[in-house]
Amino acid sequence: MIDQTMLQVEGLTKSYPSAHREALTVLKAVDFSLSAGASLAIVGPSGSGKTTLLGLCAGLDRPSSGTVSIAGTSIGGLTEDQRAAVRNAHVGFVFQNFQLIPTLTALENVMVPLELRGENGPAREAEALALLERVGLGERSDHYPIQLSGGEQQRVALARAFINQPKILFCDEPTGNLDGDTAHRIVDLIFGLNREKGTTLVLVTHDAELAARCGRTLRLKNGMVVPEAAPSA
Amino acid sequence: MSARPPLPSPSGSLRFILRMAWRDSRASRRKLLLFSLSIVLGVAALVAIGSVGENLRTAIDKEARGLLGADLEVSSRSKLTPEAQTFLDALGGKQAREVSFPSMVVFPSAEGQTRLVTLRGMEGAYPFYGSFLTDPPEAAGRVAAGEPVVVLEETLLSQFGLKPGDPVKLGTGTFAVAGGLKKIPGDSTGLTAMSPRVILSMNQLETAGLLGAGSLVRHRAFFQFPEGFDVERQVRDLKTRFRELNLNTDTVAERKRGLGRAVESVDAFLSLVGFIALFLGAIGVASAMHVYVRQKLTTVAVLRCLGASAWQGFAVYLVQGLGIGIAGATVGTTLGVALQQALPWVAKRWLPFEVDFAISWPQVGQGFLAGVVICVLFTLIPLLAVRRVTPLTALRSSLGEGTGRPDPLRWLLWLAIAGAVTAFAIQQTPRWQVGVGFTVALLLAFAVLTTLARLTAWAARKFFPSRAPYVWRQGVANLHRPQNRTVLLLLSLGLGTFLIVTMALTRATLLAQISGTGSGERPNLLFFDIQNDQITELEKALKSEAASLLAKAPIVTMKLSRYKDRPIAEVAKDKSLNLPAWTLRREYRSTFRSTLTTTEKVTSGTFTGKVEAGTEPIPVSLEQGLAKEMQLSLGDLLEFDVQGVPLKAQVTSLREVEWRRMEPNFFFLFPEGVLEGAPNFYIAATRAGNAADSARIQQAVVTALPNVSAIDLGLVLETLDQIFSRVQLVVQLMALFTVFTGVIVLAGAVLGGRFQRLRETVLLRTLGASRRQLVWIQLVEYGILGLLGAAVGCGLAVIANAALARWVFQTAPVFEPLTLGLATLAVTAITLFTGWLANRSIMDHPPLEILREET
Repeated sequence: MIDQTMLQVEGLTKSYPSAHREALTVLKAVDFSLSAGASLAIVGPSGSGKTTLLGLCAGLDRPSSGTVSIAGTSIGGLTEDQRAAVRNAHVGFVFQNFQLIPTLTALENVMVPLELRGENGPAREAEALALLERVGLGERSDHYPIQLSGGEQQRVALARAFINQPKILFCDEPTGNLDGDTAHRIVDLIFGLNREKGTTLVLVTHDAELAARCGRTLRLKNGMVVPEAAPSA
Repeated sequence: MSARPPLPSPSGSLRFILRMAWRDSRASRRKLLLFSLSIVLGVAALVAIGSVGENLRTAIDKEARGLLGADLEVSSRSKLTPEAQTFLDALGGKQAREVSFPSMVVFPSAEGQTRLVTLRGMEGAYPFYGSFLTDPPEAAGRVAAGEPVVVLEETLLSQFGLKPGDPVKLGTGTFAVAGGLKKIPGDSTGLTAMSPRVILSMNQLETAGLLGAGSLVRHRAFFQFPEGFDVERQVRDLKTRFRELNLNTDTVAERKRGLGRAVESVDAFLSLVGFIALFLGAIGVASAMHVYVRQKLTTVAVLRCLGASAWQGFAVYLVQGLGIGIAGATVGTTLGVALQQALPWVAKRWLPFEVDFAISWPQVGQGFLAGVVICVLFTLIPLLAVRRVTPLTALRSSLGEGTGRPDPLRWLLWLAIAGAVTAFAIQQTPRWQVGVGFTVALLLAFAVLTTLARLTAWAARKFFPSRAPYVWRQGVANLHRPQNRTVLLLLSLGLGTFLIVTMALTRATLLAQISGTGSGERPNLLFFDIQNDQITELEKALKSEAASLLAKAPIVTMKLSRYKDRPIAEVAKDKSLNLPAWTLRREYRSTFRSTLTTTEKVTSGTFTGKVEAGTEPIPVSLEQGLAKEMQLSLGDLLEFDVQGVPLKAQVTSLREVEWRRMEPNFFFLFPEGVLEGAPNFYIAATRAGNAADSARIQQAVVTALPNVSAIDLGLVLETLDQIFSRVQLVVQLMALFTVFTGVIVLAGAVLGGRFQRLRETVLLRTLGASRRQLVWIQLVEYGILGLLGAAVGCGLAVIANAALARWVFQTAPVFEPLTLGLATLAVTAITLFTGWLANRSIMDHPPLEILREET
């Protein structure tokens, strides 16, 4: 099997200009790469730059220096709209606060990435329904987010994240707003779907147990990667 | 390595945008619909006014010949000379004649009451086009047949309780009322309000002994030419000859142009007032959308994370904005069409011709388009921010709209709005300067109101005592906190109040100006056309009714023959001088006396009151307004033709004349010693204590001197008030559209901003705030806003009224505290009520339930 690099990060730095003092650097020269199907947990204390790194990796923000390549495409030189197209084609997202669109039903929420590509119709709808079945919400497809519990909302978000068969899934504290049992079920689903679909997983978390389930861990402190021994597994 | 994925196809993208816009509006459709209501009244006003204007223009085109009643009208202020008569006879075609002049009529069946009327003596088959309609219909035929009967304006019949067969005294003759006048070509009923028409045949007029005695006689000859005859050309070719003979002409085309211009002006004025309502509504939509869009930022960020382009995210809400515009414009158009259908009911009585009130689709389309375009342009202001929502907001909600870089598109948009407003104004008004002036004035009014609003917010933050009771502090704080509605509400309420109060104050100023002249010992009854030998008889008649002659002036009619040593005909042709034609051609009624009256004062030069006979040039005093129009200054030479005798004069003083005082006033004032021998008549004034006295005095004078006419100030006031009431009604209706738009904008703003206030209210509730306290906080906020909006509007109205009084009506402005107080109270009450209505559900329902509904 050829080792295909899915996410390549080189010398990634992010700083914010400040009027009164020198620029504030929140991320300093981060390098790492991730092959297809691998999983990475980004951990560290609050304010260490975890979410900033995730945003930069997913092309949600532009770095001050350094490069990011997703599925072989360097996103540094792309326009905002081209990066949006990259996200739509290759990336899935799961957010801490679910971020479902409140005015759409569960099914419609799941369909959004497809519809953005101009793909809809019964076949695509069946796929979305199947995914909702897979996360255990087949019966709730016409419910609005407000009518779902937190765990259910996150499961819809998971179905939405997998509908475009992403090559890479970014999760930002996916269990941060959920109770213990629900969190376990969500984590099982994330890893289960990850295995099934062969997706690469990048996950930001405070949860050591969750981080331990990932193949690799990247520890950040003050915006810099803290060297860590490779896991034994 | 995989290739970079393609951008979504335009059709797929459009499908997504439309679908998403529809789905996303699910929870907010009621709210969006309310936003759209803001422009409804503005669009309705534009559609209704535009359609009626179009109907009038169509009617003028269709009935143009019927308006004049002939192909050509030739008129003269003096009896036609044999030379003029021969010239007219040579024009060919069919001819009809008419003589008209003001006169007094006595109604013996109404206790001998009198009334100043315009007598029209007719001879021949006039009108050749259009119809002479009377009630009963045969009355017109009886006049044409030369019977001793008269047709009276219908208002006279109802005012004096007359019916066919009742006697009417004119001069020395008594006539029977044949019927009421419904319609006759030549005049509009609006113009005859001051002096209603009485029509009889020319030979009957002669028997009454009135013809020839008056000086204000207008002789008219009407012509009908064979079909295809080019009247315009004929008039153009003979222009010089008509002028030489002192004949004025009016053709169908000229009448059409004149009426068309009048319709255009009224139409333009009302459209612009209507447009202010639309403009205000659009600001309301923009403001509501601003709040709405802020609630949607996370949704946009999520869409961006999932792969939506910046354009797609923006377009979703643009489609919603367009939907608001279309919905508002549709409802507005429907309402406008309904209004226009109701108009015949109101307007028909005032119009001189039949108007077919049909729906004018181009006007409907134009109103609809104006509504959508203005609404969308304003909606774009808050929507531009959507383009800049960074997808990172999905991860960190504090990021909001993204970068604070200046957005060049925003400036472009403001330019587009200014351009659209100017284009609309120019298109509505006859001259582009007026359109640009309107835009500038609108911008100024907005700038003043916006500045005041910002000052208010600033002052509320800076100066409100921190130890005031909690509900007061909270209510006042709402004026300056982020997302406050101070600017928006002060704009809408202030502008509406301003328009309405300005109308009311202007009306009061004008009426006070006229009635003020009748107060105290000033004359309020004016007699004119008194012949030289009748002045003692008039004094006797007045004395018999215990009245005295307060002022009298001899009048000599004259025409200008030379202007600054050049023949007047040559000056009239010299376009480079740019002198108004009327100043050169008119018949001047001048007087001579040795002193100035209380209504005039010399502003430059020296007034000469007396000269020796034979002095040349004669020193004359000229009214300063006319001097300006005629480009005359001290020392300039003029020559007058006083009924055949040339008279050299020199301007030696300029006078300021208070024209609106009801006393004999003149453009040219001659010294004593020159004009005594010239043929003249008198104008005189007296004072009547009340309406009954006035009627008695008039009756005594008319009985003694049938040719003398009287104008009663009370009647003038009443008539002016009536005319003003009608005009005010229309303008106030338009201004009310603005105020109601303000109310809708207010309701929209309250509902739109409810989400922001909701959490606060819920928190206050949770912390134990009573319903009463919450209501008070609102009352304080809306009370201050309403009060300030009304006060600022009233303040602007006072300034506008003072400016109008000073520069347009040249009088002292009236300050009416009662009107201002009532307006302030009413606007504040409306604001409080609307605010309470829009917010009441928050007070009456459990907090959690509301939070769910609003999500």
